[in-house]
Amino acid sequence: MLKDITIGQYIPGDSIIHRLDPRTKILAAIIFILALFIVTGLPGYTVMTVFSVIIILLSRIPARFVLRGLKPLYYILAFTVVLNFFLTPGRVIWSWWFLRLTQEGLRQGLFMGWRLLLLVLTTSLLTLTSSPIALTDGIERLLNPFRRLGVPAHELAMMMTIALRFIPTLLEETDKIMKAQMARGADFDTGNIIQRARGMVPLLVPLFISSFRRADELAMAMEARCYRGGEGRTRLKQLKMARRDYYTLVLMVAILAFAVGERLWL
Amino acid sequence: MSIRIENLTHIYMPNTPMESLALDNVSLEIEDGEFVGLIGQTGSGKSTLIQHFNGLLKPTSGKVIVDGLDLADRGTNLKEIRRRVGLVFQYPEHQLFEETVFADIAFGPRNMGLEGEALEERVREAMEMVGLDYATLKDRSPFDLSGGQMRRVAMAGVLAMKPKTLVLDEPTAGLDPRGRDEILQQIKELHQRFGMTVVLVSHSMEDVARLVDRLLVMHRGKLVLTGTTREVFARAEYLRQLGLGIPQVTELARRLREHCADMRVDILTVEEAHEAIRAFLRQKRGKVHA
Repeated sequence: MLKDITIGQYIPGDSIIHRLDPRTKILAAIIFILALFIVTGLPGYTVMTVFSVIIILLSRIPARFVLRGLKPLYYILAFTVVLNFFLTPGRVIWSWWFLRLTQEGLRQGLFMGWRLLLLVLTTSLLTLTSSPIALTDGIERLLNPFRRLGVPAHELAMMMTIALRFIPTLLEETDKIMKAQMARGADFDTGNIIQRARGMVPLLVPLFISSFRRADELAMAMEARCYRGGEGRTRLKQLKMARRDYYTLVLMVAILAFAVGERLWL
Repeated sequence: MSIRIENLTHIYMPNTPMESLALDNVSLEIEDGEFVGLIGQTGSGKSTLIQHFNGLLKPTSGKVIVDGLDLADRGTNLKEIRRRVGLVFQYPEHQLFEETVFADIAFGPRNMGLEGEALEERVREAMEMVGLDYATLKDRSPFDLSGGQMRRVAMAGVLAMKPKTLVLDEPTAGLDPRGRDEILQQIKELHQRFGMTVVLVSHSMEDVARLVDRLLVMHRGKLVLTGTTREVFARAEYLRQLGLGIPQVTELARRLREHCADMRVDILTVEEAHEAIRAFLRQKRGKVHA
């Protein structure tokens, strides 16, 4: 029922993209997004598209999983494209009633839509090829330099890890409680919005109670194993940058430089 | 009232890498007034199977027919089916949510449209059925009760809909021996006094041996063995292969048999074992005297 929702939709594999250090992947994703928003014209978009296709192919993730990330965005995508089509001032090439399609709008809309598409496809590749744990590890290490400024890097990462870890558990629990209440005649699908909201009470109260119970148990279990925060904590799996990571970062910087160049001179 | 299941197959998350076959071509029938036990290892498909009994899960293929109504038919009122087939989940106390015991038990009948005195009557009856005192407990918060009491409140919440069939998924999990005995005693009474059809899912061979008439044995999504409790527990070797066991007293009788050829082995309860051993001794003494 609720199992269709996937967050942290990691698909295990052994591709070159999978093997990259999570830090590299996070930084690469950030740089890619930057570059994507800098490029303006056809040459820029072509390079970005080719690059995206290559990394998707390299990751050897089946296309339908990559495309699945787009599903929640269909509306936003369509909305963006249409708004840009009709609301950009410029030379009118087609009009009907109050709608005015301009040449500039056409261009802007298509580019904008394409930009969002690439953005979602490549960033979803980040979560498709790195396990949530690897990602939070990466984030923790990337945030480490900011610790002096008071950023609790380890604690943030631990919170994210725990949150991610419990998403499937909570979904399962929700499914179970829903079924149990449905067995008692509860109805979650019909009625007006107020009836539906009230119908959620038999679901939410048990869910809250069990979440608090789980949190308690987890805290106890962590303390029983002497957890006391990040100070002096060592890790089982050390992140190590390999040569491929440096190559990747160099490549990303090159792409960023190209994007800046394209914007300024092409 | 009967539950009939024909060639039921259920696949979780079909067409994904996580696809798993939970039920594989299961067919069975549960008659009116039966007391049936459902046993099998964790992950053998017991819970998946019982969620088909009241339409919470839909078959990937196959049919579920309750009272002559096919659950897949559009005309079948699933709410009515869920009223007739009461399902008590594992750890049912985790679904309690209301402020008072009364309100929580009343949730089911209220969803059926009951109000006022009729509702009150229902709640009172349901609480009596599970041995909870209506007057002292009805206004208490269900979260202040003991574990055993909470579980009985949750069971009452299902019984208050007056189901004809009661399906219980491991009703004794996590209870202490006393709480366990009390719950089992009450389930037995529901069967005997109120004539309910009961399906008991359990890990405990002792529990099912003591209570049920007929056993269904599941293994890896398949229904591999059915028969009266005695018949099933006579297949000790096979059950052991499935990772299940036989009740300890049955095991004891089998071991005694290794030494004395006349000992009965189709024994299910301590009382029966006691009987059988005495009979055996009497017979032996008779032989010596003769």
